[in-house]
Amino acid sequence: MSTKENVLEIKNLNFYYDDFQALNDINMDVKKNKVTALIGPSGCGKSTFLRTINRMNDLIEGSRVEGQVVFDGDDIYSGNIDVVRLRKRIGMVFQQPNPFPKSVFDNVAYGPKVHGVKDKAEIEELVIESLKGAALFDEVKDRLDSSALGLSGGQQQRLCIARALAVKPEVLLMDEPASALDPVATAKIEDLIEELKEKYSIVIVTHSMQQAARVSDETGFFLMGDLIEFDKTDKIFENPANQKTEDYITGRFG
Amino acid sequence: MNDSRKNFHTELNDLEKEMLKMGSVVGESISKSIEALMNKDLELADKVIKDDDVIDNYELDIEEKCTRLIALQQPVAIDLRKIIVISKLVTDLERIGDNASNIAHRVKDIGDQPLIKEMQDLPGMRDKVVKQLRDSLEAFVEMDIEKAKMVAARDKEVNQLDKQINKELLSVMENDCATIEQGTSLMFISRFLERIGDHSTNICERTVYMKTGEWTELE
Repeated sequence: MSTKENVLEIKNLNFYYDDFQALNDINMDVKKNKVTALIGPSGCGKSTFLRTINRMNDLIEGSRVEGQVVFDGDDIYSGNIDVVRLRKRIGMVFQQPNPFPKSVFDNVAYGPKVHGVKDKAEIEELVIESLKGAALFDEVKDRLDSSALGLSGGQQQRLCIARALAVKPEVLLMDEPASALDPVATAKIEDLIEELKEKYSIVIVTHSMQQAARVSDETGFFLMGDLIEFDKTDKIFENPANQKTEDYITGRFG
Repeated sequence: MNDSRKNFHTELNDLEKEMLKMGSVVGESISKSIEALMNKDLELADKVIKDDDVIDNYELDIEEKCTRLIALQQPVAIDLRKIIVISKLVTDLERIGDNASNIAHRVKDIGDQPLIKEMQDLPGMRDKVVKQLRDSLEAFVEMDIEKAKMVAARDKEVNQLDKQINKELLSVMENDCATIEQGTSLMFISRFLERIGDHSTNICERTVYMKTGEWTELE
């Protein structure tokens, strides 16, 4: 059902790595300005699913998609989609922070420049705004020209978020964004996600069920390529409808 | 089915067992309190009063363990609901224990005076509430909602008996002022048994919540 409250509508999505079917007939509506968490055991397809949302799987040889991912009224897998523009509107942050070997400033400025922003003042404003949006500006404002590689893990990850924000996305995809970080840095990322959802829609894959429970509004449980259950987070963790979901989240899983 | 949280689930089962032990001690207290009345056994009444400390300690211990499990294990879904229910259940059990102790106090007040009226309904009422308690705990262990609802429905009988006993005692007291002191003690004893029945109904409601995730009134 297409409504204004959905930013993405996934319909009958099947995904194959060569002959192996990694996703089976997935249907999901991702709500605007909400955090949607994807949980499930290793190999269940949640990261594969995340990557179908901005066509990152295109980069994998032998991959094949059936079904639709509808964003802003268009199926992103239909013929005439500008994939580069798609990935600007649907940004991605990965598990391992991956800053460019450039300065903090140039890391964030890179995206806008590539997308055609030339005016220096405009770029500077964008960089500062993005760093503030990623709750990093105060920590780096006196070292914008220093190498991004000198930042801590948590700071690097927030820099990657700033980088994604700089090209003004609508959706942020996060693949285990805090897995490589210590508890304090993790808490900062989680607080940031809470703030970010006011402006953006967020889909996050996480191995930590507690994290999914803390940060998300809705949660989808994947198992062996199937979406077993998708519902409000409090329902999933207080009283899930599906026995498989309950078995997984309570650890009675075999 | 592999349980990747075996230690936690074993601890949870142990907690449930401890709660059932508490239930058993509480049931004994109810039985003994009325036995003390009917046999004028003031020593037994004293024992019931003293044993209330044991019941209180069970409550504290189990509450502490519930808190620890929540803090250390971050339970969710059925595990979480079970721990929350156990935590509430032991409060009901502790209150039942208090009611049994209150009965024993009243027994002591009556002392060795002859009873102003044959109280043949009280042992019957006692049997009903002890069975109610036992069945409500069974329904909890078996997670049997239908059983819980049936046990809760039986509380009407206990309420009815209390009303009847009250009526009969009022009638006796109206005719003879000298019976008022003992009469009121006996009325209280009946009321304490009726309250015990109410707590068992609470236990049934909590069982329904544990199974379904929904709080429902069962009276």
